[in-house]
Amino acid sequence: MLRFLIEKEFKQLFKNSFLPKLILILPLMVMLVFPWAVNQEIKNVELSVIDHDCSTASKQLIRKIVSSDYFILSNVSANNDQALGSIESGQSDIIIEIEPDFERNLVNRGSAEVMITANAVNGTKANLGTSYLTSILNDFALSWSSQHRGCTVATGNPPVLQLIPQYKFNPHLDYKVYMIPALMVLLLSLLCGFLPALNIVSEKEAGTIEQINVSPVRKETFVLAKLIPYWTVGFVVLLISIGLSAWLYKLFPVGSVFTILLFSSVFVLGVSGLGLIISNYSNTLQQAMFVMFFFILILIFLSGLFTPVSSMPLWAQTLAGINPLKYFMQVMRLIFLQGSKLGQMLPQGGALCLFAIVLNVWAVLSYRKSS
Amino acid sequence: MKPFRAFVNKEFCHIFRDKRTMLILLAMPVIQILLFGFALSNEVKDAQIAVFDPSKDVFTRAVKDRFQASEYFTLTEELENVHMINDVFKYGKTNLVLVFSDRFADNLFSVGHAEIQLIADGSDPNYASMLTNYAAGIIGGYQQELMEKYGSPCRIVPQIKMLYNPQGKSAYFFVPGVMGLILMLICAMMTSIAIVREKETGSMEILLASPVKPLHIIMAKTVPYFTLSILNLITILLLSVFVLKVPVAGSLFWLFVVSLIFILTALALGLLISTLVNTQLAAMLSSGMVLMLPTILLSGMIFNIESMPAILQWLSTLIPARWYIIAVKKLMIQGVAVQYVLKETAILCAMAALLLGVSLGKFKTRLK
Repeated sequence: MLRFLIEKEFKQLFKNSFLPKLILILPLMVMLVFPWAVNQEIKNVELSVIDHDCSTASKQLIRKIVSSDYFILSNVSANNDQALGSIESGQSDIIIEIEPDFERNLVNRGSAEVMITANAVNGTKANLGTSYLTSILNDFALSWSSQHRGCTVATGNPPVLQLIPQYKFNPHLDYKVYMIPALMVLLLSLLCGFLPALNIVSEKEAGTIEQINVSPVRKETFVLAKLIPYWTVGFVVLLISIGLSAWLYKLFPVGSVFTILLFSSVFVLGVSGLGLIISNYSNTLQQAMFVMFFFILILIFLSGLFTPVSSMPLWAQTLAGINPLKYFMQVMRLIFLQGSKLGQMLPQGGALCLFAIVLNVWAVLSYRKSS
Repeated sequence: MKPFRAFVNKEFCHIFRDKRTMLILLAMPVIQILLFGFALSNEVKDAQIAVFDPSKDVFTRAVKDRFQASEYFTLTEELENVHMINDVFKYGKTNLVLVFSDRFADNLFSVGHAEIQLIADGSDPNYASMLTNYAAGIIGGYQQELMEKYGSPCRIVPQIKMLYNPQGKSAYFFVPGVMGLILMLICAMMTSIAIVREKETGSMEILLASPVKPLHIIMAKTVPYFTLSILNLITILLLSVFVLKVPVAGSLFWLFVVSLIFILTALALGLLISTLVNTQLAAMLSSGMVLMLPTILLSGMIFNIESMPAILQWLSTLIPARWYIIAVKKLMIQGVAVQYVLKETAILCAMAALLLGVSLGKFKTRLK
């Protein structure tokens, strides 16, 4: 019985004019375009400069700032209003204002002031931008004092703390390496979540569900026959994207591909189960779509895909604890970046199994053959 | 005008009849804006650091104390030997390891400098570079103190001022983005099904046989959804201001005008999808799923457009949400005058007009 039902599902899938194209095109689109976009690096911060001093020192400072990778000089303003205007119109992100007696203060008093005004709507950009600027100012002060010994107020060399930053697992801080596994998770959740959510309900709308209901097909068999095609779709999509990422971005998982497939097969069962539950409770395609959309968006945003879970408030972190995407995301990143073994990811594996079982049992129970 | 009004009436009936969908439509934005407004954040707080400190002297203790006192970090572990550094990332939750060099205090005075290694888990590059930056800031503060104590060369004192968002709340950055995302997708999803459903259920034939003009059919389809979207917009704005405490610093009137234009653009996009595809399934998937990806990723809602390669920057100009999010940030949070958002408004108007025009042109008055 199961075999015929699965055959029917596959026939319906391939007969559809839209779905097979979607299943092939979406992974292509996601893997080709988005790895380049998902980049939270802060560079090209636009600066507006107000130089009240116009001395050698201030000009040197500005040159030093602009020559760094992070900053672009967007304009030189004569006064504060003009500079503020450039922030309001979005031309610049940060204003640097150098005080009138910058050089003289540096020579006579040993200290001078620079005003930094940042547009903090994007807090990360403002914070990182000002902290880059501050470290450039410190560097400048050090090199200035070594060139112009005269400005040293007291003699003697102060002790220096040298910092050596080093990054494990991703030494060049490459965003693609971090985001591509996450994009694969996104892709799997979208395709294997939305398609089942719309499946049973479209049988309801088309009226064909009646025929299933009067047939001797058992509920478990019916749900299983709905799950297996999406499971296959999940594998196809995953293999396409792993292939593309290896070919285009030379990104090979440090860990084993087999572990990836093992975890994703459990994960796909979970999201497809969620989709089927929603499909069972909905009466129209529109309802199913809206409800699934509601859940998928929450699952995506509370999974740590885009913003780290540890930055969320405590209640949201707790909520993220019942999010299968969070666990699968961790697993994918661990395998791709750190090469973790199956044994090190047992908690995540357990959680994913639990989701798969609970959601699918629920899917079977919520399917009613009689109305 | 009378047939048009009757037609609008019919569309309203369709919507009101389906109580469940209506409830979802009105409640969904409420929950989403609250959830995302509070939960989405890039802030670093209480990152866990481990320390490897072989010398344990006055200076290393001073540095550690400064880390402990900072709100960004909590010191969780003192490592006994160098080999533990690797393990601590794999098994623990440590985000950053501070490694002081041997004989720290001696080196500081005999050689003139001593080393501190900052080893971060680079898996999440953004988080890692923020952590090392904050750590460098803390150590830099201590360096200043040392300089003052032991004879200093000249210093430049930065006076930092954060405009518009002095407390650095993430909600100020994410709320405009979430507004753009929710309005775009809900509006597009609502209308995308409108015409295609008539095609699928067969009632399109009746519509085409009636004396109603195609323009009226399309307009009548938009009016009810436009009304619903305005309700959504109002609830979203109320929640942002009163619950998420994101102020409307600029003119509420213009914020509303720009939002209405954006809603119209989204509805028009939905209509266009509706005229292009033949099944409800395809309509829902293209407006909900396919549209979702570029709207999240290319609109500047989370990822900075300036950091993208040129082709994607160009591609992002085609995303209506990009312009809306910029306009909302300016009007709502920066509180600038309306002339600063003329460009964004003009682009949204042009997009709306183009989309409506194309969907009207694509609207087939004959059945196959």
